[in-house]
Amino acid sequence: MSDTGSRRQALPVLSIKGISKRFTVGNQTVQALGEVNLSIRKGEFVCLIGASGCGKSTLLRIMAGFETVSTGTIDMYGMPISGPGPERGMVFQDYGLFPWLTVKQNIGFGPRQRGLPKAKLEEISSYYTDMVGLGKFADYFPGQLSGGMKQRVAIARVLANDCEVLLMDEPFGALDALTREKLQQDLLGIWERTKVTVIFVTHAVEEAVLLSDRIVVMTAGPGRIEEDIKLELARPRDISSVEFNQVRRDITQYLSSHVSAKVAA
Amino acid sequence: MTTPGSSALAQTAQLPAKAAGHILPRLKRFFTPLLVPLLLLAGWDLAVRISGTQLIPSPYYVALMLYDFAFGGIYDDAFSQTLPLHLWKSFTRVYGGFLAAAIVGIPLGLLIGRNKLIRDLVDPTLQLLRPVPVTAWLPLSMIFFGLGPNAAIFLVFLGAFYPIVFNTTFGVRAVDARLFEAASMLGCRGSSMFRQVVLPAAMPSILNGLRLGHGFAWILIVVGEMTGVPEGLGAVIMDGRMLSRTDLVIAGMIVIGLAGFATDRLLVMLNNHLLKWSPQHHV
Repeated sequence: MSDTGSRRQALPVLSIKGISKRFTVGNQTVQALGEVNLSIRKGEFVCLIGASGCGKSTLLRIMAGFETVSTGTIDMYGMPISGPGPERGMVFQDYGLFPWLTVKQNIGFGPRQRGLPKAKLEEISSYYTDMVGLGKFADYFPGQLSGGMKQRVAIARVLANDCEVLLMDEPFGALDALTREKLQQDLLGIWERTKVTVIFVTHAVEEAVLLSDRIVVMTAGPGRIEEDIKLELARPRDISSVEFNQVRRDITQYLSSHVSAKVAA
Repeated sequence: MTTPGSSALAQTAQLPAKAAGHILPRLKRFFTPLLVPLLLLAGWDLAVRISGTQLIPSPYYVALMLYDFAFGGIYDDAFSQTLPLHLWKSFTRVYGGFLAAAIVGIPLGLLIGRNKLIRDLVDPTLQLLRPVPVTAWLPLSMIFFGLGPNAAIFLVFLGAFYPIVFNTTFGVRAVDARLFEAASMLGCRGSSMFRQVVLPAAMPSILNGLRLGHGFAWILIVVGEMTGVPEGLGAVIMDGRMLSRTDLVIAGMIVIGLAGFATDRLLVMLNNHLLKWSPQHHV
């Protein structure tokens, strides 16, 4: 028992080896991902960044198990990923909440699938509803919530299901600036307390530098990893500091040089 | 944990609007829908008076007929006091046909929506049969079911069946793929996916189909009761036509209209209760 536990500790959470992805649209084949290798350790906060069409969302959807790979392997703790599962929780940009369930019922959806007793279910749903600050809105339907509140529900819903990897697909892209900042801070707070592994897709450099331990820069045609940058910035990070802006400039340069190189070619 | 910003976010939530407490808006809400029917009545009355027609009775004589139809004491003929009987007979046929249509239509629609093989097998035939007017089925239905209520129920069933089955199919097919992804990554599998995602997501369409089908059921009761049944509102209207009793015909029309309206309100209440999560689906 403890032996397998320590072995689990030693293994990367996600191990991606030589995967590629082709889509067939009509009779045309599109290479969405070239050869991608990536290894993610437990508790890391990793941002996948790149221009649209670089395959970052496809890579995330492969991790979630929504897409299969054309070649290569993807393992979680050494076990191949064969489909979606509760250990990998996805937070979508468009929320994906169940509109007929209340905030609390949405949050309890995952635990309910496990057939937990009613009292336990109630306890978990209440705990995570409060955790994201929606206690007063527990009985509201998603249609009655603002975008920021919906995304809180979406985050609470996967945490309530004890997910080990939080997969986030441009989760704050549709929110206004103030709400986005607030949710970024809340996400960092949750990550620090729960030590969940986060893989966060974004195209905003500032967001990536603010949040992550590690930034994976992707480029298109076909999608591949161009740079894998470890961030040494101390937390909490100050977006107005010199160090922060230095890193931000560097990453922006990586991105724009690849984009301009492509345009020139 | 309480986050400092949660109260600020709280204010952005849309709270249900408080019901207006003033008398005037409430009176307005009550009388506005009545305005057009009252004007129509007045126009009808005026038209009968001006033209001096003998073929169409004025609203007053129709009201008299309605009273006699319901309570008797005015004409005391074969139709006096028979309204409850005819209404009841029509009710049994409307709801016999409607319930049969729902019992067949909803499961069939769910199957067609979910299963490609069944869709390929059944859907073309349904699309082929759909344009055939229900009235055209009248002779065949009398051959199948004989003279009597079963033929009427069959015609009502046919009319209500298509909107129910097609709306259910549409609802199932239109479920946002995102919701399947969300449910599957939360651990929802197999048949519970159907119960927990497909059914609730398709519910607005199913209820819409039921409401349309219910409307058709009442529309078709007159045709249904052309099949030689002695009692029922449709039969009364046919009798009135034969006897040149236009007041009776119009009285029958009004009763069908009111019965259809009142029962539709019940369905609307059911709809709004089941879809309280989606105000845009409220009627």
